[in-house]
Amino acid sequence: MELYQKTIHEINDLLDKKEVTVTDVTQAVVNRINAVEKATDAYLSLQTEAALEAAQGLDAELSGRAKRTSLEGIPYGLKDNMCTKGILTTCASKMLYNFNPPYNAEVYDRLSEEGGILLGKTNMDEFAMGSSTENSAYKKTRNPWDLNKVPGGSSGGSAVAVAADTAFYTLGSDTGGSIRQPASFCGVVGMKPTYGLVSRYGLVAFASSLDQIGPFTKDVEDCALVLNAIVGHDAKDSTSLNLEKTDYTQTLKQGVKGLKIGVAKEFFGEGLQPEVRKSLEDAIAIYKTLGASIVDVSFQHLDYALSAYYMISSAEASSNLARYDGIRYGFRAEEYSDLVDLYKKTRSQGFGDEVKRRIMLGTYALSSGYYDAYYKKAMQVRTIIKADFDQVFGGCDVLLTPTAPTTAFGIGEKTSNPLEMYLTDIYTVPVNIAGIPGVSIPCGLDNNGMPIGMQLLGPILSEETLLKTAWAFEHESGLTNLKAPLGTEV
Amino acid sequence: MSLTREDVTYVANLARLEFSEDEVIALADQLGAVLDYAETLSGLDTSKIKATEHVLAVQNVFRADEIESCLTNEEALANAPESEAGCFKVPRVME
Repeated sequence: MELYQKTIHEINDLLDKKEVTVTDVTQAVVNRINAVEKATDAYLSLQTEAALEAAQGLDAELSGRAKRTSLEGIPYGLKDNMCTKGILTTCASKMLYNFNPPYNAEVYDRLSEEGGILLGKTNMDEFAMGSSTENSAYKKTRNPWDLNKVPGGSSGGSAVAVAADTAFYTLGSDTGGSIRQPASFCGVVGMKPTYGLVSRYGLVAFASSLDQIGPFTKDVEDCALVLNAIVGHDAKDSTSLNLEKTDYTQTLKQGVKGLKIGVAKEFFGEGLQPEVRKSLEDAIAIYKTLGASIVDVSFQHLDYALSAYYMISSAEASSNLARYDGIRYGFRAEEYSDLVDLYKKTRSQGFGDEVKRRIMLGTYALSSGYYDAYYKKAMQVRTIIKADFDQVFGGCDVLLTPTAPTTAFGIGEKTSNPLEMYLTDIYTVPVNIAGIPGVSIPCGLDNNGMPIGMQLLGPILSEETLLKTAWAFEHESGLTNLKAPLGTEV
Repeated sequence: MSLTREDVTYVANLARLEFSEDEVIALADQLGAVLDYAETLSGLDTSKIKATEHVLAVQNVFRADEIESCLTNEEALANAPESEAGCFKVPRVME
């Protein structure tokens, strides 16, 4: 196996034994980027020279030191909606084409303190609105398992960088499935932690009550390692949870004997691809052999989750995106007649179609006469969905579902019908509405060789249980660090 | 439920956006379809349900009233499309 193909914990072993240097590791992944990035287009901007320089500096420092932290010297990528001082942060929008943040996102500061080596900023749907990364104003990212298929979204670039071995790990953000769905489409591990567990400071806001940052990794153990580094209280984010530090690797390999895994028919409904269903049934069988008990659970109101999600997220987005007015930063239209016209021209030229659609939907839902029928109603439905999950987790420890109804679809296949695109998030959005954690791990391939994702959900702050459950399956099935048939040069 | 072109134009003004006639027609259709889908919500009786703004019991968080470092004037203006004399520059608002 090539160096760039390895997991973080495998690289850690080599670095700790001094069998390789940080420069070797960084050079290997930079070479990999040079070989395949033009085919996958995972990154919006690259910092490979700065990365190599940082690697050499770190090697000099590490030579005189016995201990290193578990992400020290490991090259990674960040979704381009996380602020990086001195490095453009565009949100894949023309609106922020020249935005150079004056401060860093908390997660970037934490990874820098850990000695992480930033390779670049990854592509995404504009302002994280989309399910295929096709809404990027700059480029189309391609799925390394089939270059004619989408990587999922909105964190498509982050998923592809890990799947194509052009980063050892990446961070994404998940408002309605934007980490888990692309992880599923690209055959990697993706986790959305409990709301408030990871600081959102410096994450460009889409829907503030739903947004959460999380990792993409090659296996479950790596997911625990990255989570260890990014979780923690941050006074700069008023929704940040103040909890004692957890080491997510401690409980990882404890197994699932006696664990109650719930299966709900509402997650196996109409529109589920038969191979996805089959693959999930096989996973359930594996959990049985591992000593978990499978219990039937059911939801009363899951059908309402998607509607409530699009109302809440669009309403919050319309408010959050009001700040893009061409005055303080970002794009400004060249020609306008007065101040209001400057706003209108700037926003109409700076935002893409999907972003404008969501702003319109959110503005409508918040406007006089419709607030009660749409926005308030959606917030009430949120209470009901949350109660549904509480009731379900009264009967099981973990809920097992498909991550998405299908495997990755074709580029251009769903762009003309927004509602059809929204329906691809049907199994992921209820999780954000309830604020609970979820992880997607690979559980097989369909007849065309495209990865299938399994989603594991648990109550608030059940990350340790989820990772333990995910690790047990991964270990037993051998579906770990999957390699897309991308070859060594494209 | 379908949206009229007038509805679209009205909401566009609230959102400080403008659209061509073709875009208005397309948006009326697309937003109408999403709102139709959202109509399913009206089938649910929520008259006795409290709204959840946040999934966690969040409260206002205050820090001590002490002076901390913040952006300098230059840093704050560095991304501005236009600035003058340490201020963001905007078109004349009053005649």
